[in-house]
Amino acid sequence: MKKIEAIIQPTKVDAVCAALEAAGSGGIMITEIQGHGKQKGLKQQWRGTEYKVSFLPKTKIEVVVKDQDVDRIMKAITNAARTGEIGDGKIFISSIEEAVRVRTGERGDIAL
Amino acid sequence: MKGDNSMTRVKKRNRLNTSGVLLLFGALVCTLLFVVNAYAADASGTATGAAQDITAATAGKPTLEEIANTVGHNKIAINFVWTLVCGFLVMFMQPGFAMVETGLTRAKNVSHTMAMNFMIYPLGMLAFYVCGFALMFGGLGVIGTLGGYAGLNHEFTVNLFGKPFGLFGLKGFFLTGSAYDVAVFTMFLFQMVFMDTTATIPTGALAERWKFSAFCIYGVFVGTVIYPIFGNWVWGGGWLAMLGQNFHLGHGHVDFAGSSVVHMCGGVISLVGAWIVGPRLGKFNKDGSANPIPGHNIPMAVIGTFILAFGWFGFNAGSTLAGTDLRISVIATNTMLASATGALASMLWMWLFRTKKPDPSMMCNGMLAGLVAITAPCAFVNSVSACIIGLIAGVLVVESVYFVERKLKLDDPVGAISVHGVNGAFGCLALGLFADGTYGDGWNGVVGTVKGLFYGDPSQFFAQCIGITANFIYVGLISLLVFKLIDVVIGHRTNPAAEIEGLDIPEMGVQGYVGVKLDKHSETPLSR
Repeated sequence: MKKIEAIIQPTKVDAVCAALEAAGSGGIMITEIQGHGKQKGLKQQWRGTEYKVSFLPKTKIEVVVKDQDVDRIMKAITNAARTGEIGDGKIFISSIEEAVRVRTGERGDIAL
Repeated sequence: MKGDNSMTRVKKRNRLNTSGVLLLFGALVCTLLFVVNAYAADASGTATGAAQDITAATAGKPTLEEIANTVGHNKIAINFVWTLVCGFLVMFMQPGFAMVETGLTRAKNVSHTMAMNFMIYPLGMLAFYVCGFALMFGGLGVIGTLGGYAGLNHEFTVNLFGKPFGLFGLKGFFLTGSAYDVAVFTMFLFQMVFMDTTATIPTGALAERWKFSAFCIYGVFVGTVIYPIFGNWVWGGGWLAMLGQNFHLGHGHVDFAGSSVVHMCGGVISLVGAWIVGPRLGKFNKDGSANPIPGHNIPMAVIGTFILAFGWFGFNAGSTLAGTDLRISVIATNTMLASATGALASMLWMWLFRTKKPDPSMMCNGMLAGLVAITAPCAFVNSVSACIIGLIAGVLVVESVYFVERKLKLDDPVGAISVHGVNGAFGCLALGLFADGTYGDGWNGVVGTVKGLFYGDPSQFFAQCIGITANFIYVGLISLLVFKLIDVVIGHRTNPAAEIEGLDIPEMGVQGYVGVKLDKHSETPLSR
């Protein structure tokens, strides 16, 4: 089992969720987050003075998938979230040791 | 089975309801058709109001004198209604100020900023009622447009250079005695809302750091002393108004609706206040450079600006104190035009020469600057001059905002010093330049119309210069005294922890936006 964490533009949430449904992913977790990448935020103006907004609003989508699905799901997210501009986001993948379905107590891939 | 039954009942009831509604609708249509041709008494309105409506000993047959009395009464009644309704419009500028000031400041201080804008209305009003009005208008003399009442006739005067210098009035305390008169009450209502405009200007310049108790004491002083004394000099028959009669300087200091009396007063109080109270935490760095502290609600600021522009029609056109003075059309149109060129100028100035963006908060400041600047000259200039005055005001306000922040190192979150102080002074000077001599015959007791420098009367410009200098010196000194006094007695600043947390809970006990998570923008920047 792997966890895919995708940090994407908030405007791309609907497109990514649709792509995940199409790719047959199970549960989806969404968190609204703030942060910055390599570019370190954005310049704004207030009454004639420039200032830096260091943390921009982003959305984090988390899905946990079977090992064999990782590539497909990752590609689905990348295609749906891409605009080609700076700030499109990042995807992180990590291993998950165990999953438990609370209702039945089932463990492993079947619990996903 | 049980479920099915109840479903059928629901369907049946729905059908009943539908036919019931149809029946009702049909009955309504039938009734309307029945009454549509009923006899109309005077639907066109031409026959209502005739000879029998004139108060006469023999009803329907008034004498010439009785007719003349009614005509005179009606003329004064029109002036009363006009002045009162315009006063109501000016009162509505209070929410305009509240929204502009709160929109341009942070979400964590909204209860505090709104409460200051709210409480200045009752506080200032009561102060003005107790003694402000008497000091300002107690020596006014005849109230010409409101029936010629002359009960406010006691001006305290000193003799200088062999001429009388009126300093303040002494009749009308608590609106009792000779002030218990319909004309005086109309004057009080109209002038009270003007005073409250001045009073609410500094709450913007001092927002987000001013102790509420200190603000309350200020509110009493502005209504009792600070505003009324200068007001007396210009509008109450005091020495600035008499500069024309006594020293042949034009018509004396002329300020039609209050560029100096109302706005420059508010601006100068803001300047002194911002200096004494000091900048918000995090506003300036050690090297003196400024950190921007973005306001939390541009839509609020924009709507507030529109409300102010709406109320300004009452402010300027109402200052004739006469609905029968048809110059009101010129005044209202000039006011409108200057607000437009003010907003346009500040938008273009930012867009072309400053940040390369058409800054919304500066557009708002620009419109207000145009309005402030046209307030003194609105009755005396033509439409082209009004446009020029607005254009200059729109640029002036932007450059002044930069100057106040970067050169004076004063923290004015909403631009009150620039909008009201700088453009109030400019408006008075503009009158001394652009007044075209088509209006104001006999103004301040001087024969002839009001003419500016460009139309052949340099002495009028000189009188305007004296007016704004006197404003700066008097209002500057008295507000310095008041602010220092408050500083010594209770102090102006909230404690730093409260300022960082937001003043809503420490000062007011209630958050403005309950249940809303505030983001990074509501935090205090780190001074470097």
